[in-house]
Amino acid sequence: MKDFNNSVRRDILKMIHGAKSGHPGGSLSCVEILSVLYNKIMFVPRDWKKSPDFDKRDRFILSKGHASAALYSVLANCGFFAHEELMTFRHLGSRLQGHPSTRLGLEGIEVSTGSLGQGLSIACGIALALKLNNNPAYVYTLLGDGEMQEGSVWEALMNASHHKLNNLVIVIDKNRLQIDGDTDRVKSLEPLDKKLEAFGFEVKEVDGHNEDMLEKAFLSAKESDKPFAIIANTVKGKGVSYMENNPGWHGKAPNDNELTVALEELNA
Amino acid sequence: MLKKTTEIKSPRNAYGEVLVELGAQNKNIVVLDADLSCSTQTCQFHKAYPERFFNCGIAEQDMMCTAAGLACEGKIPFVSTFAMFATARCLDQIRNSICYPKLNVKIVATHGGVTVGEDGASHQALEDISYMRSIPDMTVIVPADYNEVKQVIKYASEIHGPVYVRLARTNLKTVFDEEKYVFNPERAVKICEGSDVTIVTNGETLSEVISCSQMLGENGIKAEVLHVPLVKPFFAASDIIESAKKTGLVITVENHSVIGGLGSAVCEVLSANLPTRVLRIGTPDCFGQSGEQRALMEFFGLSDKKLYERISRYINKK
Repeated sequence: MKDFNNSVRRDILKMIHGAKSGHPGGSLSCVEILSVLYNKIMFVPRDWKKSPDFDKRDRFILSKGHASAALYSVLANCGFFAHEELMTFRHLGSRLQGHPSTRLGLEGIEVSTGSLGQGLSIACGIALALKLNNNPAYVYTLLGDGEMQEGSVWEALMNASHHKLNNLVIVIDKNRLQIDGDTDRVKSLEPLDKKLEAFGFEVKEVDGHNEDMLEKAFLSAKESDKPFAIIANTVKGKGVSYMENNPGWHGKAPNDNELTVALEELNA
Repeated sequence: MLKKTTEIKSPRNAYGEVLVELGAQNKNIVVLDADLSCSTQTCQFHKAYPERFFNCGIAEQDMMCTAAGLACEGKIPFVSTFAMFATARCLDQIRNSICYPKLNVKIVATHGGVTVGEDGASHQALEDISYMRSIPDMTVIVPADYNEVKQVIKYASEIHGPVYVRLARTNLKTVFDEEKYVFNPERAVKICEGSDVTIVTNGETLSEVISCSQMLGENGIKAEVLHVPLVKPFFAASDIIESAKKTGLVITVENHSVIGGLGSAVCEVLSANLPTRVLRIGTPDCFGQSGEQRALMEFFGLSDKKLYERISRYINKK
């Protein structure tokens, strides 16, 4: 898994460098979360709609759509589409739009996201439909901690517990930074765990870069009769020393030298 | 096609009733409301199929995206609340989570226009058609009476993709005969022939325009009345151009701002194909206000008599 995560991080940096734009910080912070989901937890056929088991797949929604580079890289490294397509990221005509889109038929993309605070509501709609259809699949959605400032997220949390959506698991990539600085300073979410519990969720807090802890949390979500929230404490820019914990790397591409340094660090 | 004896019937009731009919035929139809189900009449569906009805509470943004999620899984969600809250409040959700992924969500909003009445400007959606018309892949329909609403809702359920249907709060005169009228999205409905002026309208102003055209006729002005329920895609464009060729003067009438609605759609088509003088009648660039429904129609010049006065004055001045 370490090799997998390392390749994903290298791809993220190369893609953003190639596009001269993108969101490295919040992409690097969620690599382990996505990696555990796609490699250990979710059933998602790699041949996507061609699979006879397509309808049985677990659904994943990247509510923090700006981490698209991380999702695309994980999907490509899992074999959903050709690895070389990654370098078309954010270029004109690419299926790898700046934020995920279903319009272009990219394998592995369930819904279009990008405007924050909407993915969780969509996830709830999918979870409701799965229950109506007696489909035992799970819905996983990844939110940013800054994204939790969107009011509609809390509407959706109410909806999830009102409908007892125990087939819904949300992960909050809590990297503690947003564009304008510390989330605690911009608009504090604390106490996030207590708020989520008060909204009817079962909550587990884990180190978001520790795959064993993540895996255990995901497994315990399956035992829960409530909607489940995992607060994953992460480091924004994880894996690249000069990007770590630096809000300046939220939405900026590394230049040639910076890319070289970053890739060397990841190789070491 | 037109009904001989008019009755007064609620378009919202038509919506509630047809939802129940459609719900029986198609198990994929689900309905969402935001605490206004008695006003929008989705309560009828709730009563008939409680397991397929979701009251989202007073949380319209969440409702729109929940509908998007249901549509991802093959459901056909009908989403209802007042036009004000269905559009302005959730514009981002409708654009990015419903239209961009081209999901099969049907937004049926009631209480469009000034005839919301006494609740006043905060509840009077005068810009909803403008908002919805500007989003790619959105279909926008403004039916005129009880019988047409039933057909339009059926049509919305049968086509794939996002649809916005705007209904009035007002109980309206039935214009169309339920046996003979067939909703045809491809064409404008020619209500009457005329050679002096083309009046294009839809929704609850249709019956006012019909009555107005009779008054005009009695005073020697022959108006051709076109009803255009489908505002987007604007398939009626060729019918409007055809009529404008004949009359040389077009007047649009709608219970909506003159900016961005039916009047704008008509101007866009004519300016590119057949530059013609167009008078747009609707609410001017302003907010509404409280008042009794009929008083508001008079105040904004949308009643049959006010329309007659303005149009005859305009034509005589020309």
